[in-house]
Amino acid sequence: MDNVNAIEDKSMDNSTSVQYIVVKIGSEQYGININYIDNIVRSEPITRVPKTQTYYKGVINLRGEIIPVMSVRIKLGLEPDEFTDKTRFIIVKVDGATIGVIVDQVKEVVTLDNDSIEKVNKANNSDAAANYIESIGKSNGELISLLDIVGLIVEASDK
Amino acid sequence: MDVSQYLEIFIDESNEHLQSISDGVMVLEKEPDNQDTINEIFRAAHSLKGMAGTMGYKRMQNLTHDMENVFSEVRNGNINVTSEMCDVLFQCMDALETYVSNIQANQDEGTDDNEDIIKALNAFIAGVGGDKKDKKDTPKEEAAKEEAAKEEAPKEEAGKAAAGDALEGLTLADFEKAAVNEAIEKNISVYNIKVSVEESCVLKAARAFLVFKNLEGHCEVIKSDPTTQDIEDERFDFDFRILITTEEPLDTIINIIKSVSEIKDAESKQVTEKIGEEAEKEEVKQETKPAKQETKPAKPAAKPAGKEAAKPAAKPVSHTVRVDIEKLDVLMNLVSELIIAKNGLVSASNDGENGGIKSANFTEQIEYLERVTTNLHESVMKVRMMPIESVISKFPRMVRDLSKKLDKKMELYITGEDTELDRTVIDEIGDPIMHMIRNSADHGLEPTEVRIERGKPEAGTIELNAFQEGNNVVIEVKDDGNGVDTERVKAKAVEKGAITQEQADSMTEKEAIDLLFRPSFSTAEKITDVSGRGVGLDVVKSKIEALGGDVEVKSVFGQGSTFSIRLPLTLAIIQALMVKLGDEKYAISLGSIETIEDIAISEIKYVHAKEVIHLRGSVIPLIRLREILDVPGEPEESDTIVVVIVRKGDKLAGLVVDSLIGQMEIVIKSLGKYISINKMISGATILGDGSVALIIDANTLV
Repeated sequence: MDNVNAIEDKSMDNSTSVQYIVVKIGSEQYGININYIDNIVRSEPITRVPKTQTYYKGVINLRGEIIPVMSVRIKLGLEPDEFTDKTRFIIVKVDGATIGVIVDQVKEVVTLDNDSIEKVNKANNSDAAANYIESIGKSNGELISLLDIVGLIVEASDK
Repeated sequence: MDVSQYLEIFIDESNEHLQSISDGVMVLEKEPDNQDTINEIFRAAHSLKGMAGTMGYKRMQNLTHDMENVFSEVRNGNINVTSEMCDVLFQCMDALETYVSNIQANQDEGTDDNEDIIKALNAFIAGVGGDKKDKKDTPKEEAAKEEAAKEEAPKEEAGKAAAGDALEGLTLADFEKAAVNEAIEKNISVYNIKVSVEESCVLKAARAFLVFKNLEGHCEVIKSDPTTQDIEDERFDFDFRILITTEEPLDTIINIIKSVSEIKDAESKQVTEKIGEEAEKEEVKQETKPAKQETKPAKPAAKPAGKEAAKPAAKPVSHTVRVDIEKLDVLMNLVSELIIAKNGLVSASNDGENGGIKSANFTEQIEYLERVTTNLHESVMKVRMMPIESVISKFPRMVRDLSKKLDKKMELYITGEDTELDRTVIDEIGDPIMHMIRNSADHGLEPTEVRIERGKPEAGTIELNAFQEGNNVVIEVKDDGNGVDTERVKAKAVEKGAITQEQADSMTEKEAIDLLFRPSFSTAEKITDVSGRGVGLDVVKSKIEALGGDVEVKSVFGQGSTFSIRLPLTLAIIQALMVKLGDEKYAISLGSIETIEDIAISEIKYVHAKEVIHLRGSVIPLIRLREILDVPGEPEESDTIVVVIVRKGDKLAGLVVDSLIGQMEIVIKSLGKYISINKMISGATILGDGSVALIIDANTLV
């Protein structure tokens, strides 16, 4: 986890304001730090991989590379994904690996400065989803849960 | 002089020379009189010394120098090769290897003078009796040549011996002698000229060629040593000899030779008397000192005939280009992409419904493209292939050392050293094989007394066999030792708490053997420094599996055991059979497929509640791929099933699939880092329509 923290710190230190892509997963809005995002693609058929972690739906072909696709919904303990024409795969690059993250909808890009981000205390929270929320951002009166995308992916491999 | 640009060449060539010396010494130990080998070793040692000197690695040069002296004495027949001598020589080789690896790591040879080895080497030379005084001086002469500036005259006798022959270093055929005699008769001068090239010269052959070219018209070259062909192919050290006849003054000739750049020196002797049948000995020479202060020609090879002639064989020159492996990887990736694009084209043309193209010409062109890409792929793969020899050539030496250390007699027999494997595999495979050989030597082979008691030959045999089988390369390490004592293995596992007694009792032979591959399992009762330090076969296994291969053990208690490593021939592109399971497509490497059969349901039999079929006399277990891959949905009811028979070694298994799609060339891609993959999936590939299919590793299922 040391290197995870290092990556986080870097992204936080670089500037006082960070851009997030706001996505909808289930009924909630989540923000993903734009620094980790490589690409956003429309959903496409996923090839199932037998006997892998349940939250990996399988793999896709992204311009000749094979990319695993993760279901944040399953990972956060929500309802299984429903694929609609708004479903998108957010392609993120973390720690040298490229992974697709399934989201229900991509809404907008917001810029949050440090003042509008509130850290959440993970220790008090036993909720599975909350483990991967690193902070809460406020934008235009709405609350956005900012995903700890590195933790979501890197930690997943430990299990 | 800035030599850094030559560093890579230096390191490569040093390793080559060290290997050939090491091989040579191994041969010498068995046949101490093998002249060819002695000569070969001497040449390699000499080149090594020259190279080290040029690069400014003094310690390495000194050590090589002393080693060369020993070889020189051996060559002159003054000392005999003994086992102790080989030991010291091997130590010496190890020290030299350390120098080279130090140089490779930080461009510095290190500070170890290895004085004890030098002392030991000199002791061998000192052992040569004083009664052979003249010969004893040869090393000194050699030294004198190295420090050319000091015109330290060798001892008188030695001087006589060395200068005793105007035709030194040359062996003449009859017609050449005739030419010399004829010239002398006609009062045409005959000179024996030794031309030395600067040791830093990179294009020796070109310089030598210029010498010959410039001499044209001034003299006639009767003979050269090495032959002109060898000189042009750069098969000479730093000097060569020519025998010429000329009517021009000697100075002119010498000046012509020296006018070529990077020629260090040319020294000559005039041949004034006819050559009789007894040749050399009767010649009277007249030595002409060249302009430079070179000492007397002092090649220890004062002995004439065959020995010098063998020189050109030093190193066959192959026409090669050194290419960075990364560049090859780029090329390989491009070829992979091309094949994916081609597959896309093929599937687009077949896609009749969506306006695919179906003209005969188009199909023809596609087939042509297919042939080209397949050939292209094969060529690129071949470029990446290296014979396994480069890895296993160090093992005979290792076994020799093991034999001494463990005090067991053993012989290593190697077959199939020309079997080729991908470069990346070659780099990784050395340690696992080494480990298995050590394992065989230490645990496998019994102590000599036990062997005699059991009526086995006193010397144990370890065989290292490499061969190709389908799309795999198999490397076997076989010994005729004790075999695996499964009872002891089980007892040990129980003692360590790895398994319970009940588990142990119900274990099959094979399962017990597999215990050996558990982490930190060692049955050696005493820990030796050869093996048994806890890093055992599990490391071998994990390394081989990381390379996409597997390890297997066959053992008969009391008779020996065989460890086989099975590795995929290529890592990137394979021919595969595409099959369908429900809506999913999977690829199975063609290399492991034996046959494909339609089997009637009624033919399925049950053994231990497992499905098997009888096929041409063998009982083959069935594996329902749908079940082990958790394919959703139920298979359609049918009277027959399609079974793909796969082979691993001598074991067969039948994979039940829904239907066959066909054969295809596929590019193996990894599935990425964080997704956990079951062992039976060896990767994924992209199909012509852009979808992804997983590749089933049949080896893990058999």
